[in-house]
Amino acid sequence: MRALTYHGSHDVRVDTVPDPQIVNPRDAIIEVTSTAICGSDLHLYDGVIPGVMSGDILGHEFMGRVVETGPGSTLKKGQRVVVPFTISCGQCFHCKMQQFSACDNSNPAEKQDLTEPLYGHPLSGLFGYSHLTGGYPGGQAEYVRVPFSDVGPIVIPEGMDDDEVLFLSDILPTGWMAAENADITDGDTVAVWGCGPVGLFAVQSARIMGAHQVIAIDHHPHRLELARQMGAKVIDYTQTHVLEALMEMTGGIGPDAVIDAVGMESHGFAPDNVFDTIKQKVGMGADAPHALRMAIMAVRKGGRISMPGVYGGFADKFPLGALMEKGLQLRTGQTHVQRYTKDLLRRIQEGEIDTTFLISHRLPLEEAPRGYANFKENQNEWTKVVLKPGTAAV
Amino acid sequence: MTYRTFEDDRRARRARHAAQPGGAALAVGLGLLLLGGLAARQYAGQQAPRRPADSAPGRTARQRRFGDYAVTGRSVTINRPRQEIYDFWRDFSNLSKFMENIESVHASGEVTRWTISGPMGRAVEVVTRIVSDRPGQEIAWRSTEDSEIDTEGKVMFRDAPGMRGTIVETVIAYRPPMGELGRIVAKLFQDEPGVQARRDLKRLKMLLETGEIATNRNRNDG
Repeated sequence: MRALTYHGSHDVRVDTVPDPQIVNPRDAIIEVTSTAICGSDLHLYDGVIPGVMSGDILGHEFMGRVVETGPGSTLKKGQRVVVPFTISCGQCFHCKMQQFSACDNSNPAEKQDLTEPLYGHPLSGLFGYSHLTGGYPGGQAEYVRVPFSDVGPIVIPEGMDDDEVLFLSDILPTGWMAAENADITDGDTVAVWGCGPVGLFAVQSARIMGAHQVIAIDHHPHRLELARQMGAKVIDYTQTHVLEALMEMTGGIGPDAVIDAVGMESHGFAPDNVFDTIKQKVGMGADAPHALRMAIMAVRKGGRISMPGVYGGFADKFPLGALMEKGLQLRTGQTHVQRYTKDLLRRIQEGEIDTTFLISHRLPLEEAPRGYANFKENQNEWTKVVLKPGTAAV
Repeated sequence: MTYRTFEDDRRARRARHAAQPGGAALAVGLGLLLLGGLAARQYAGQQAPRRPADSAPGRTARQRRFGDYAVTGRSVTINRPRQEIYDFWRDFSNLSKFMENIESVHASGEVTRWTISGPMGRAVEVVTRIVSDRPGQEIAWRSTEDSEIDTEGKVMFRDAPGMRGTIVETVIAYRPPMGELGRIVAKLFQDEPGVQARRDLKRLKMLLETGEIATNRNRNDG
């Protein structure tokens, strides 16, 4: 089959690799019909996530048709499914508590050794996201082996387009959980840093959850425009002093909750960020949490910080004092996708949530490298790239 | 009485700004702090630390001395009933399903012969005899004179709190071939029993909780 593989920083290629097979009883094989490039794939593309090996198949947002099932799978051949990016067994303590992204059993035992010393506990398995999370072949391919296929995949009714439901795999539940972690109540102002896909879905979710006002912060005009269309007020941080503006837009109180939908490769020409970025480039530090620092400074006393943005290592100059002295709560984590897919599918069917506005480009799988380069370099116009395996290259 | 007002305070603020605290005062302050710190340490030194017994297992102690034996162990919580896990373990032929280094197991009565792959592909014959078997609770073994490695160990099963299932705890003592050096070499090859126990117990948990052992392999031939 054809698959998008990693060969080094800013070097991804579509290669011919062996087709996957059923290996474990609960596996299913999916023929991919749509797969997206995620903002977090850019962290892999930039080489800032360790444990990615040459030849690894990337991609963790995908859906398709079931073509083969193991004896323990509950799926049927021919069904259309969206597959969560988190691989979860459904039977360990954490899965039983619906903490699916903390599954004990999805990361192979020998791979768990990579992250246990780093984090105190090993990470769970994810599709196509380095050997730290299991080294599972990802979904930017014609076929994918899906472990625990009786737990993760959600069956999609015929008649719904791929574009309507593909984002149930990651970014829609991630934006939703980000808003849930912000613990929104009536009258709240929620400030969202980053108008990428997760930030935009967080804006949409926060509105549905009843936020009085949502303020989105970014520097790409087109992305800010999308946020405005979702009902957010917007701040372009290259034009406006963000902290002052947030205070003025909340009557001097500050936002009740803040969402960092930026993560470890923050932009912005602030002294702390320049220093962090240099350190990242020379391999001295993994994370550049400029947006998070600002969010902590901005949030009101006793407020909430929701952090869906991806971080991998250690942060410098973290405003720990502000966190404690202002009595803040910080909630974060990889998304427990399986907890949300059913409810969000219903909201899509009922027309409450639309995800198609986000897609700016649809490319054949063969053109995936061009998709990566543009998603990184032209963030203003390239808001979301969906790859279609099986369609001819133009 | 009258309240002091913002206006009244202005005078006081001006006065404070006029007289900045001098460097000398700061130095004296720091000196006092330092003296205080020293005195506190002296006091702590006089109170000889009589520590209560630690609740942690001996194998986690900072200073580990077990004679010539290396002691290692690991616990795992498995979301299955205690008796079921005991029964699975008690059938020693099951152990090769999740223990990577076991090549073969032959049990006859109380004596079991294990072929274990050691560092650099060398096979080691271990012969053990069961010294304690309490159904649903504990299995303990000790090597016989025929064994190539001098070892003893036990596995204990107890109910975990809440809805967590069963805590499985293994303790293995062994005299490393070639002593401490042998142990370090084995660790370099990731074949040291501590490293193995950690991975093996995770595979046991996977097998019993999910019915399979997680792998990222995409094909049966690869």
